[in-house]
Amino acid sequence: MRSDRLFGVVVILCALGYAWGAFQIQTSFMSDPLGSKTFPLLLASVATLCGLVMILRPDAEAEWPDLKTLLNVAIAALVMVGYAYALKPWGFLIPTAICAAILSYQISPRPLPAALTGLGLSIGLFFIFKYALGLGLQPFPKEWLG
Amino acid sequence: MELLSNLALGFSVALSPFTLFLAVAGCFLGTIIGALPGLGPSNGVAILIPLAFSLGLDATSALVLMTSVYYGAMYGGRISSILLNIPGDEPALMTTLDGYPMAKAGKAGDALVLSGFASFFGALFATIGLMLLAPLLSRIAYQFGPAEYFALYLLAFSTLGGIASNNQAKAALASCIGLGIAMVGLDNQTGMPRFTGGNLHLMDGIDFLVAIVGLFAVAEVFIFIESHGRGSSIGVKLEKVTLPVRDLVRGIGTMIRCSIIGFIAGVLPGAGASLGSFLAYVGEKKWRGGDKSGFGKGEPMGVIAPEAGNNSAAGGALVPMLTLGVPGSGTTAVLLALLMTLNITPGPTLFTDRPEVVWGLIASLLIANFVLLAMNVPLVKIFVKILTVPAWVLLPGVMMVSFVGIFSLTGSYFDLLLMIGFGIIGWLFRKLDIPTVPIILGILLGKHMEDALRRAMILSDGDWTYLFSSGIAIGLWAFAVIGFVAPFFLRHLIRKPQAITD
Repeated sequence: MRSDRLFGVVVILCALGYAWGAFQIQTSFMSDPLGSKTFPLLLASVATLCGLVMILRPDAEAEWPDLKTLLNVAIAALVMVGYAYALKPWGFLIPTAICAAILSYQISPRPLPAALTGLGLSIGLFFIFKYALGLGLQPFPKEWLG
Repeated sequence: MELLSNLALGFSVALSPFTLFLAVAGCFLGTIIGALPGLGPSNGVAILIPLAFSLGLDATSALVLMTSVYYGAMYGGRISSILLNIPGDEPALMTTLDGYPMAKAGKAGDALVLSGFASFFGALFATIGLMLLAPLLSRIAYQFGPAEYFALYLLAFSTLGGIASNNQAKAALASCIGLGIAMVGLDNQTGMPRFTGGNLHLMDGIDFLVAIVGLFAVAEVFIFIESHGRGSSIGVKLEKVTLPVRDLVRGIGTMIRCSIIGFIAGVLPGAGASLGSFLAYVGEKKWRGGDKSGFGKGEPMGVIAPEAGNNSAAGGALVPMLTLGVPGSGTTAVLLALLMTLNITPGPTLFTDRPEVVWGLIASLLIANFVLLAMNVPLVKIFVKILTVPAWVLLPGVMMVSFVGIFSLTGSYFDLLLMIGFGIIGWLFRKLDIPTVPIILGILLGKHMEDALRRAMILSDGDWTYLFSSGIAIGLWAFAVIGFVAPFFLRHLIRKPQAITD
């Protein structure tokens, strides 16, 4: 109930923002009868309608996890962001091992199997990607290789 | 006789040793992906596209490989449904209804063999149907102008939002989100940027592969973190595998009926395999005498029906995808993404311009079917071992493959962040029961849909009635409205069976 209603409000606000964005689109001298704004505006109005329906006729309340689990999901997302930035400068092996180990620990909180999973996945996948699929991956940071 | 010469062309492509190897490898990989709990055809195919692309295969080879994976995953999905009660994706849900009770009653081997044969029958039926129907439909598709295409896209979204979902408003919203995302980037007609906020990365638009991998694969990782992989590796043991001849003979009628139902459901744009397996299961239950039939309590026919329907629908969904460029299900949407990545434009011209692609694909599908039957009936024990891969190894692996795939495809941090963002959205939407397949469909078809509308308006000089000017267009509009509205009235009559819990 509540989350559907809340989300409906978010949808309407986003749709209004989108419509505002559509009005900002610059048009050029070459234009067709419909123009570049009509279709986005059409979408924004349908989305607004959907948002209204969600507010007026919400489904049963979604099952939200407790705060600790939500925190876990947030940590996982942050780890992934970190991984995205680490992949190029640090090479493949080290960030992959760390990131896979953390995610594995989050799914099943046992330190040793998680660490082994990280290590195994990073080495195993590296060989598959590098030699079986021929992707150009850096194993280690550039400085180490000189 | 045109068909035979076309098939000869197809087999000349498909029987080359390399293509054959790709088909077998794809089937094997696909069955593994399907069998892995938590990985279904759509996310399995999704994470492999970037990798297949960076392998540098030519269009036909890549297509053969990925459709073999697709078919394989449809077969493999039944293994985790039956033994673990975990459907790999939505269409497989119906198989759990009778498959899992059968497995608990010690008849896991029977269930696997019967469903293997049913899958084979359904897929073979659909491949033959595809062969016969697709050229005909592609001829009709030549008469489609922009107005008809616009109505067709609308039909795809409305059936997806109507029949295939629980809540129309949420499905329609998901379609709008997808279409809205497709608008980002340079406008095709005027060349001016839209919704980029001055960000250079967004000028090219948002890559649909980034969205697909995010929504399907990364979201799955979040779900498992939330559930701590609960209920993932407790399952039923598989004893001896024998051939249950009596049930197989009894099920021939079921296979034929359900393959036909499944194929029709698959051909409808937007409806796809979930509807196919659902209708096949419910229809067969009615045919066998409703509640007295023992459906839902481990009845062998209850395993045969949805699997035949499901696999037949999977093949049927290829018909609108190849001839009209409109996918019929989540996984075919992913395959459409593959075609677009390979620079093949699906549509009626595909059959005349690139016959080797289409007929090579069809011939490979025929071969793949027999390979899959061999893999899934006598060798099924090998794949059952796959089920013991625990979630805490599998999901981190899935995430790494997703990251490396997208990174090797686009090489940009921005896309990786975008992918994580889509993953979070996918998780959130799953919680709110908002379907994510319409988002993918919207991103894939958005530009085409807008172009169709704009071209129609150019042709008619802004007259809206042009959209309803031909018989085909009116028919499509009518079906679109019916497809969206009908479930309001049918909801009382047809109830989706819910998953059984222990």
